[in-house]
Amino acid sequence: MAQQPAIEPMHQFMVHKIVDLPPVHIGGFALDLSITNSVVTMFAGALILILFFVLTARREIVPNRGQALAESLYNIVDRVLVGPIIGRGGKPYVPYIFTLFLVILVLNLMSGVLAIGNVGGLDLTFAVTAQLAVTATLAVLTFFSVFILGFVKHGPKFVGIFAPSGMPKVMLIFMVPIEMLSYFVRPVTLAMRLFGNMLGGHVVMSLFGSFVVALGIVALSGGVATLAVIPSALSFGMIVALTGLELVIAVLQAFVFAALATVYLNEVVNFGHGH
Amino acid sequence: MEPHAAVATVIDFAKSAKLIGAGLAAMGMIGAGVGLGVLFGSYLQAAIRNPAGAASQQTMLFLGMALTETMGLFAFVVSLIILFGS
Repeated sequence: MAQQPAIEPMHQFMVHKIVDLPPVHIGGFALDLSITNSVVTMFAGALILILFFVLTARREIVPNRGQALAESLYNIVDRVLVGPIIGRGGKPYVPYIFTLFLVILVLNLMSGVLAIGNVGGLDLTFAVTAQLAVTATLAVLTFFSVFILGFVKHGPKFVGIFAPSGMPKVMLIFMVPIEMLSYFVRPVTLAMRLFGNMLGGHVVMSLFGSFVVALGIVALSGGVATLAVIPSALSFGMIVALTGLELVIAVLQAFVFAALATVYLNEVVNFGHGH
Repeated sequence: MEPHAAVATVIDFAKSAKLIGAGLAAMGMIGAGVGLGVLFGSYLQAAIRNPAGAASQQTMLFLGMALTETMGLFAFVVSLIILFGS
């Protein structure tokens, strides 16, 4: 009977260097700027986005498919997210939310759509957004940009964001720490949401793939064990269903990240007054 | 009938504790499942009563779904950390 390969669902997330560059020393810190598989995937994502822009940024009155796709993506950010949530004052921030949305969308979809790069022992497709470092960077960037923007726009009285209006002074003593805690946990939840969704999806898909192989090897040993082909085929069907779910979640998580960034931005832009 | 030799079994407490802990942590997803069911159920109830107003709240529906799903994912990630973290 053939040797069963070990079931290691977490192996696909290992970051390994492709081009080893010497570390850069900046005032005591040593930055390791080597080209890893994660970096290559991010370059590929950036290239895809640039190509998409170059190919579809047109001004035809009657759009072709590429322009229609680009316009509907822009519509999602402009008319569905920023417009209803922030209002007129949100126009300057649409480029950032749009970029955020597209980056996460492309990186999420690459890990699902290009899964063919992982068959047969190849390790070409890497799930970038399943790395906590990447999602934490995006979350911290978004959160601190919004936080600092609050102080830039409204000055020191922006700390009023921690004291919800219309609250009796007595309750402020213990509401302000709670509000501060729930405010500063936002980058954590932003990072963990995207990370957990992508990690969970890929781990489960890898597990079901391992089931297909393991059950197939059991079925090859002949006799009654040939019946193991049935759960092997069922696991394969499960992978198909999971890939569909993964694609939905990829788009949805990009949307939700952008939506939450818009909501946090709204608290800053419309601070002190409603729409 | 010959007596079989007594075999000393060594229990790897660390590994079994990890496995039990991971299983317990994954039970946190029960709450997320219940929450998602309640969320979509209320949306459907309201949508069937007022179909015209349903489309305007679709954005909030997906936002609420993702926020609720996050809590289940926290439980899942904690479970993975317990299982695979060194």
